[in-house]
Amino acid sequence: MRAVQERNLATFFIDGIRWNLQGGLSFQIFRVVLLIFMGFGIYAYSFQARYGLEVTGMNDIVSWGFYISNFTFLVGVAAAAVMLILPAYVFHDPDFHRVVIIGEGVAVGALVMCLTFILVDLGGPLQAWHLIPVIGIFNFPSSILAWDVLVLNGYLLLNALVPAYILYSHYKGRKPDERKYRPFVFLSIFWAFSIHMVTAFLYQGLPARPFWNNPLMGPRFLASAFAAGPALITLILAVIHSTTNYKIDRSVFNKLRLIIVISAIINLIMLFSEVFKEFYFPTHHSSSAVYLFFGMDGHDSLVPWIWTSVCVNLLATIVLALNPGKNNPKVLLPACFFLFVAIWMEKGIGLIVPGLIPSPLGEVVDYLPTWVELFVTLGIFALGITVVTWLIRAALIIEERYNTTG
Amino acid sequence: MKSDKPSGRKGCSCTITSAKSDRRSFLKGLSIAAAAGSAALATGCIPDVNAATSEEMKLRWQEFFKDNYRLMTQEEKDATIARLERLAKLQDDLDIQMSNDPPIDRVLYGYAFNITRCEGFMECVSACVKENNLDRKTNTQYIRIFEMEPGNLDPSTGDGQYFHKVPVENKFYMGTQCFHCENAPCTKACPIKATWTEPDGIVVVDYDWCIGCRYCQAACPYYGRRFNWGKPEIPKEEVTTKQHYLGNRIRPKGKMEKCTFCIQRTRTGQLPACVEACPTGSRVFGNLLDPDSEIRFVLKHKKVFRMKEELGTEPKFWFFID
Repeated sequence: MRAVQERNLATFFIDGIRWNLQGGLSFQIFRVVLLIFMGFGIYAYSFQARYGLEVTGMNDIVSWGFYISNFTFLVGVAAAAVMLILPAYVFHDPDFHRVVIIGEGVAVGALVMCLTFILVDLGGPLQAWHLIPVIGIFNFPSSILAWDVLVLNGYLLLNALVPAYILYSHYKGRKPDERKYRPFVFLSIFWAFSIHMVTAFLYQGLPARPFWNNPLMGPRFLASAFAAGPALITLILAVIHSTTNYKIDRSVFNKLRLIIVISAIINLIMLFSEVFKEFYFPTHHSSSAVYLFFGMDGHDSLVPWIWTSVCVNLLATIVLALNPGKNNPKVLLPACFFLFVAIWMEKGIGLIVPGLIPSPLGEVVDYLPTWVELFVTLGIFALGITVVTWLIRAALIIEERYNTTG
Repeated sequence: MKSDKPSGRKGCSCTITSAKSDRRSFLKGLSIAAAAGSAALATGCIPDVNAATSEEMKLRWQEFFKDNYRLMTQEEKDATIARLERLAKLQDDLDIQMSNDPPIDRVLYGYAFNITRCEGFMECVSACVKENNLDRKTNTQYIRIFEMEPGNLDPSTGDGQYFHKVPVENKFYMGTQCFHCENAPCTKACPIKATWTEPDGIVVVDYDWCIGCRYCQAACPYYGRRFNWGKPEIPKEEVTTKQHYLGNRIRPKGKMEKCTFCIQRTRTGQLPACVEACPTGSRVFGNLLDPDSEIRFVLKHKKVFRMKEELGTEPKFWFFID
């Protein structure tokens, strides 16, 4: 542990890296496994870079696939950090104050994954500089994708800089000045809603795709995100609680469960409302939903996928709501896991792919990701997990060793 | 045809590009394989770095940093088409003539399709594929022809995959392509203004500015856009060498493309290839601002309708009934 006067911005970063390179054997193995997965991802991407997107399962009809599906879902995970930020900074909830840094770490990791998914989905990644304001051209405000680039990068900055400032203050042994960071916290709360609404508008704003062109899309994105995100954060907190000295109070888990249950129920009500609209009186605008839930013209690859998702979602929500184990983590943690997976299935592939099927000219095809897409995705997930663990590890050590302000 | 010099690879069924890189990789053998690892990324994005001549590298470098077409001065436009012509010669040994003809004053193009006359021969499709240098490997087509049952006017109810003798009794045929909407959802969606409507009404793509995000493709309600999932492959002897920067030049991989009303032809006063090829005279093309044009006659005297009119996209493409 360095003395106070020796600590500066350089040692802040050096210590952060140093702590992450240290660690027990199992921790190192975990790191190496993630590195290997990222290696797989780079190897798979090299095919895509050489031969183009033809090595993916996408085509002119299903022009967005696994990458954009995961991107869409992860925007929700990133936005869900607000469910910790809001009570911690605004309502000064002491329990949440202790874990908010972890939520912010998860948000940064999720955003890094989002931006990487966009980058690997581009046909011309080397031309990505055309998107940078000033040196490129921005079709602002008409293109929602231009908005999305702005809000995602802005949210990444907010979620990286506010915790960095607080941690650095703790590292220096001072109390962070609330007047300095509080405006940015409020900004990041609005921003969290905006990243999700803008990403929903990306789809919602397309009259060409009746399945997406639906005013419920934005609110439903939020509801599902505020269920899936806190479910993931619950799992991460449980891992931290059981593998590190940083103990997390039971009341945090109880409060998170409440947030998850309410969001998951609202999400299911909205799902029911959508399904009702599509199937009570099906029009030609319902064909994507028909394809998704029942298959069409002999193409039904998503039917088992979506029914699995809906059933698992329903069961997990019931378990979390009724709490049969009386707060037994052995019941609640698997329920969180399954809820997370169910929402990933539904809000990823289950939302993006059927929106493109059938084509505007009525043609039905099936989409299956290729090994390249699967491995690139695996690599990006490994990258995201690496980012999250690096940030959280450094943050927790600072909080434990240096935070004298309480 | 300007080039009488017989090319060594002429007649080979291989494509212009793969024939070259196959030989190269054979000669370079293991040295490339060894460098593969991380270099694979770079060579994939900037093809064949190893084999490029310094002139080629310099041209590519200049091409990489060029501006959006709409922001270029006339000198810059001339410079880039000169570079692209030279690169086609260096890379694929093709003698192309690329133009950057601007729109003609007081011209707004419009298109009409006679569903009574069309008999589904698909001559338009083959002419379009040939004229616009469309990828033969994935069989890219801008034009789709749907065989329709009487009683329907929505192509999504028709059969776009028919493969039999035409015309069939009691069926009719409808063609779709990019409709060059006045209120185009695709140009609105593009995050970087790589696609726009020209003053003569043609919706074009700057292939070199496009980043390949495919948002425009998702936004199009008519399935009017095609993506280059891989590098397009065209047999060398079939390449149309009279090209336009915004039109039928061979697209790089990872870029969006679409029907441009054959901009390379129409801006020099010719008809689009599909109109010229149609054996039944079902296709009408002309200047909407000219009161004596055939297209204006059709709009005035025939029963016309447009596809998915409720979306408010205002296509400049009308279907009509005799």
